[in-house]
Amino acid sequence: MTSSIDLSVAEPRGPAAVPGRAEKPRGGGIRGRQGVAGWLFVSPALAILAVFLLVPIVFALYVSFTNWDGFTDPLRNRLPFVGLDNYKKLLTEPGLYRLNFMTAVRNNFYFVIIVVPAQTLLALFLAVLVNNRALKGKGIFRTAFYFPSVTSSIAVTLVFIFLFQGGGAVNTMLRWFGIKGPNWLIDQDGIFTNIYGLFGVHSAPGWARNQFLSLTWWQWLAGPSVGMCVLIILAVWTTSGTFMLMFLAALQNIADEVEEASLIDGANPWQRFWQVTVPMLRPTLVLVITLGVIGTWQLFDQVYLVGKNNPTVTTPAYYSYSASFANQAFGIGAAVAFLLFILIVTLAAIQRRIIREDVD
Amino acid sequence: MARASSRSTTQRAVGYLVLEVGSLLFLGPFLVQIATSFKTDPDATAHPLSLLAHPATLSVWRRLFGYGDSGGSVDFLRWLFNSTVIAVCITLGRVFLDSLAGYALARLAFPGRRMIFALILAIMSVPNVVLLIPRFLVLKELGLYSTYPGMILPIAADAAGIFIMRQFFLQIPASVEEAARVDGAGIWRTYWSVVLPLARPGLITLTILSFQSSWNEFSYFLVANGDPNKFTLTTGLANLTSGSLGAGNQFPLSMGAALLTTIPVAIVFFAFQRQFTGGRLGGGVKG
Repeated sequence: MTSSIDLSVAEPRGPAAVPGRAEKPRGGGIRGRQGVAGWLFVSPALAILAVFLLVPIVFALYVSFTNWDGFTDPLRNRLPFVGLDNYKKLLTEPGLYRLNFMTAVRNNFYFVIIVVPAQTLLALFLAVLVNNRALKGKGIFRTAFYFPSVTSSIAVTLVFIFLFQGGGAVNTMLRWFGIKGPNWLIDQDGIFTNIYGLFGVHSAPGWARNQFLSLTWWQWLAGPSVGMCVLIILAVWTTSGTFMLMFLAALQNIADEVEEASLIDGANPWQRFWQVTVPMLRPTLVLVITLGVIGTWQLFDQVYLVGKNNPTVTTPAYYSYSASFANQAFGIGAAVAFLLFILIVTLAAIQRRIIREDVD
Repeated sequence: MARASSRSTTQRAVGYLVLEVGSLLFLGPFLVQIATSFKTDPDATAHPLSLLAHPATLSVWRRLFGYGDSGGSVDFLRWLFNSTVIAVCITLGRVFLDSLAGYALARLAFPGRRMIFALILAIMSVPNVVLLIPRFLVLKELGLYSTYPGMILPIAADAAGIFIMRQFFLQIPASVEEAARVDGAGIWRTYWSVVLPLARPGLITLTILSFQSSWNEFSYFLVANGDPNKFTLTTGLANLTSGSLGAGNQFPLSMGAALLTTIPVAIVFFAFQRQFTGGRLGGGVKG
């Protein structure tokens, strides 16, 4: 059906794309043999996915309606069933759980809305630079930009912890410019709060002391903490390379059309880029942004390392883990995981919709 | 004419400058990391940005490889061993099982195939972090918590890998199989000795992706194992910074250990660079 590798994860169209004879009825023998062989071939992988992926999800959904402490055997004992209580504690009832969850949501939200545009633009910018025909040493630059994305998240986070510690390399560089850098990793101030300070607003005005979902408006509007900013920089640094490659592939595909378009009108390169190239890149842009949004809502490894010394560095993914494993509130942890699941599936559905509209 | 060309020369110079500064920003942290691993603790604290260790020492490296005297707290070789065994097993598992399933989905007519393919696509959209708690629950139930099989088996097949392999098999002309079958080869022989060799680029891609992701895996091993003897490099490193070293000013040690964690993937990366940056893996990531 497809001659090139079709990588879109969109819905499978028609029968599972089997070209050639295999699809045609060819008499019971071979068909029957293929039927048996087909199941034999898929069953090992399918068994693993069923036992360690589908069953766990159902199990966790059940746990999210209980108060499981992680110790009692959930199969031999009936777990204390609490209905929707865990979800209520996270969403509607004031208390510590909602405070922690909403703080995590706020942090991750700021993380997403800063990282996604930044990495998308940087990736596009790098791709355009590297795509230049006259450029020598393309491969070297491409390698340099891509390399951070293949390395272990734990290893590069450790490097960033070293670079951003109080007396670290980053603050040393800032000192060249006469700037005294913050103690990045443990600084809990919201950066927007710091900006409000520049305009003379140093504490919450009356209206901002009202609470909304367990946080005051002042806390909602504080922006990411300085500690979180380290993870923002880290994320842009590690993922831009991957997305650069996607843009690069797209740019190479449309190279001829862009050339043609540029011959017709007399636009300068800047205009041509925004009026011709960018619209043609739309499918890739949608893909990069969606993958970015889905990926950034799952921030975990980095938070695990940095968040221990900075309570403002949390995300729902990390909260789901810490509620379960540090506080034995597995019901809460599982409920957080499901809320996150719903959010991500919704985002993916929106993307699919946008792409479908593009096609139609 | 002359003006135009001098303008384009300037432009090009600016372009190169941007690229060079950019590369430095992307690779700089690694350079600092390498240099730091040869420093003493006070030197690393006093000169965090310096690319020259002064005095240069191999003590970190000796410690990591078990020659140091104070090496007791860092069981680095053990982590290296665990990471290697686990990543190799997972990679072998994925390459074998994913390609089997991918072939069936691409070429074999069997009842329920469409449903299974739809299921694979649905599974691909399940975010990993959502699976942390559920997988822990199942491992405990099956008595696989803190065991090697528990760390390997659950991720020894993956939906994305099956999808990638299916796409590769679809590209191989069906006539090849026809010819084999005319010669009397059965389904298994056709697959194993005719089709699989032709799918080599796909197998290489899957091997690289699987090795990279299982070597770098952290969150799954964090919930699947609580035994320090079965720490991988990633969980061991995380424990090193949060645990025994605490506030830890032993930056040279953590930089050296992090560097060693990076090196195997870096080797794979440079060996198969074409595969990585040539679009194939870039595409694979999309899946």
